[in-house]
Amino acid sequence: MKEIILAKVGEVVLKGLNRKNFEDLLVKNIRRKLHPLGAFDVKASQSTIRITPLDDDIDMDETADKVGKVFGVVAYCRACAVEKDIDAIKEAAVEYLRDTLEDAKSFKVESKRSDKKFPYGSPDISKIVGSYIADTFPDLEVDVHNPEVTVTVEVRDMAAYVHANAHEGAGGLPIPSGGRAAILISGGIDSPVAAYMMAKRGIELTAIHFASPPYTSDRAEEKVRTLLEIVSDYAGRIEMYTVPFTKIQEEIKAKCPEDLFTIIMRRMMMRVSQRIAEQHECMALITGESLGQVASQTLGAIACTDETVTMPVFRPLIGMDKKEIIAVSEKINTFETSLLPYEDCCTVFTPRHPRTKPKSEMVAKAEAAVDWDDMIEEAVNGVKCTVIYPK
Amino acid sequence: MEAYLDNSATTKPSPHAVSEMMRIFNDVYGNPSSLHGLGKTAEEELSKARNTVAATLGAAASEIIFTSGGTESNNLAVLGGARARKRRGNKIVTTAIEHSSVFESVKALESEGFECVFLKPDETGHITEEALKEAIDENTILVSVMYVNNETGVIQPVDRIARIIKKKNAPALFHIDAVQAYGKLPIKVQKLGCDLLTVSAHKIHGPKGCGALYIRKGVHIVPLVYGGEQERKIRPGTEALAQICGFAAAAEEIGDLKKNLEAVKELNTYTLNGLMKIDGVVKNSPDDALPYIINISTNAIKSETMLHELESSDVYISSGSACAKGKPSHVLTALGFDRLRADTALRISFSADSTKEEADRLIEGIKHGVETLVRIK
Repeated sequence: MKEIILAKVGEVVLKGLNRKNFEDLLVKNIRRKLHPLGAFDVKASQSTIRITPLDDDIDMDETADKVGKVFGVVAYCRACAVEKDIDAIKEAAVEYLRDTLEDAKSFKVESKRSDKKFPYGSPDISKIVGSYIADTFPDLEVDVHNPEVTVTVEVRDMAAYVHANAHEGAGGLPIPSGGRAAILISGGIDSPVAAYMMAKRGIELTAIHFASPPYTSDRAEEKVRTLLEIVSDYAGRIEMYTVPFTKIQEEIKAKCPEDLFTIIMRRMMMRVSQRIAEQHECMALITGESLGQVASQTLGAIACTDETVTMPVFRPLIGMDKKEIIAVSEKINTFETSLLPYEDCCTVFTPRHPRTKPKSEMVAKAEAAVDWDDMIEEAVNGVKCTVIYPK
Repeated sequence: MEAYLDNSATTKPSPHAVSEMMRIFNDVYGNPSSLHGLGKTAEEELSKARNTVAATLGAAASEIIFTSGGTESNNLAVLGGARARKRRGNKIVTTAIEHSSVFESVKALESEGFECVFLKPDETGHITEEALKEAIDENTILVSVMYVNNETGVIQPVDRIARIIKKKNAPALFHIDAVQAYGKLPIKVQKLGCDLLTVSAHKIHGPKGCGALYIRKGVHIVPLVYGGEQERKIRPGTEALAQICGFAAAAEEIGDLKKNLEAVKELNTYTLNGLMKIDGVVKNSPDDALPYIINISTNAIKSETMLHELESSDVYISSGSACAKGKPSHVLTALGFDRLRADTALRISFSADSTKEEADRLIEGIKHGVETLVRIK
């Protein structure tokens, strides 16, 4: 009995003439994701991707887990491949699904026959396999409306497949169908979630992190690397650029009004980020802002930071509550790391009473006290690149 | 070369301790409980190490239990001591400035229903005899007080406590957390009159992961873990022989306490002279504190920022206590410091090997930091 994985392609199907491109990308991404586990045959047909292990000792639990993290897969299930013979199929259904069926209260059988040469029609297959299962497990009831387990039999060109309920996949679109964008990541709860959400829409990520030694420490940077490593489990390889930001922060602190510190800092970060993003062929910036969460995330403040850049800025969390953001961060496993207590953009600089409704002319005037171009140039040229791979 | 002035967090293991550990790892790998020859050799090493450590405390070898370190010894003493005496009373007396391994253990007992008193220090960081006399009564079953405070270096009057317990007719076990005093002040358990005393290997140039609890002959405490017959069933589990022998090797090298203390006192004065010339710096340790520890506040630069600034020139110190990792220190808070003073506190801790050259680099670094870094308000 050979076990394989069937991955269902969702939204990808809708993309008209691009469908082939998307499917090819998805196949490529699944291959790359599974590469460390051994040799697989990965093929797309009829909006399903069939993943067949070619080595005997492949861990199928781990394989299924990894398939569940590839964007573009809406659902996946582990299935048993059998020869196209009705007796072999009913035997396989009972043997392969024994654990599942023994624990269940009710079931039904659904059949799909795309190989019209197979001598039984779909309703016949369901009837034969269903009664064989019912005979084998006398406590199991047939329930065609609301079964606990749906046993699916698919008779395809190459072989027949038997499987039970499918698992939900990661959804979204295959990377990099959405292009490349740069996430501004601090180490808090929000930015890793924002990164994940855009990667889900097929974006290939570049990360930009601002470091201000000695106000921030190596541990804070290490924390960001750990967070990106977790995100890269979904998003794939990420290039992280660490920007030396101390000088700019010290200068803002020294020369600009205290209540505008954060807003001016955000504007500098956006300027620096756009420069780095352009250098690395990113077409947008991504931030973890959520409307009204803190003073620098009010509508006025966001308008004020946005005007410093020409690139689109994606804010996937803009309409989410903290609770909803935390739920995602727990799901993708970044929450605990985000809570580590290291200084990020450093409380030393945080104003006691930040302005919540900054006016752009006022901020621009406050900024004009300093010539920032050289400092921005220096920050952009001083970046350090680290490449993050999934663990 | 680094200027390592964070010896109250941990010390560099001595070459002798390291080579002893390597010798045990490579050659004496038997289980001390095994009946064969390899086991016997291991048991002999264990017993030699126990004698050595016992001698440094003026204790009998049979009164020493090896543990995984100061935290475990403190937990065992506090939890095991209180549980052994719970039929004789319900009150536990400790201080608000204990190490977290004592503090949190007592908190745990509080949630189990014990009445727990956390004595506040006076403005100089000392727990007064009067406060102790007032708190200890006939219902008190455990008194736990540290010898030297790990953040300020304040020496507590532990030599007075046994007498108070006796006078008050308290059925109390007396525990001393001597982790920061060990290898720096003379410790004679008989003279201190304690029932339980905690020491740790890695504060005296031994390995991390090893410590000891002195349990006076005849004193019964309840174990925290259950298993075999090792360590008189009070701390079962196969002994970490290499670490224990590394501990003993470091204990052998403690040297002349008086001479070391004189040298460190001179270094302390020298360092303070330099530091106090920096604008805004105040001393948090009282004059009679153990000279191995200096606590100051810059009143200008956040502790963590200053730490990383010093780090960039290879100078290593601590902000408050290393176990707190960034949280505001409960010890400095108990001393009633204002926010700025607590947020800008630094702990410098010497070992007998620390040098003036290291002190110079520290002073220079803090001076440079205060002059150039962004201040908090």
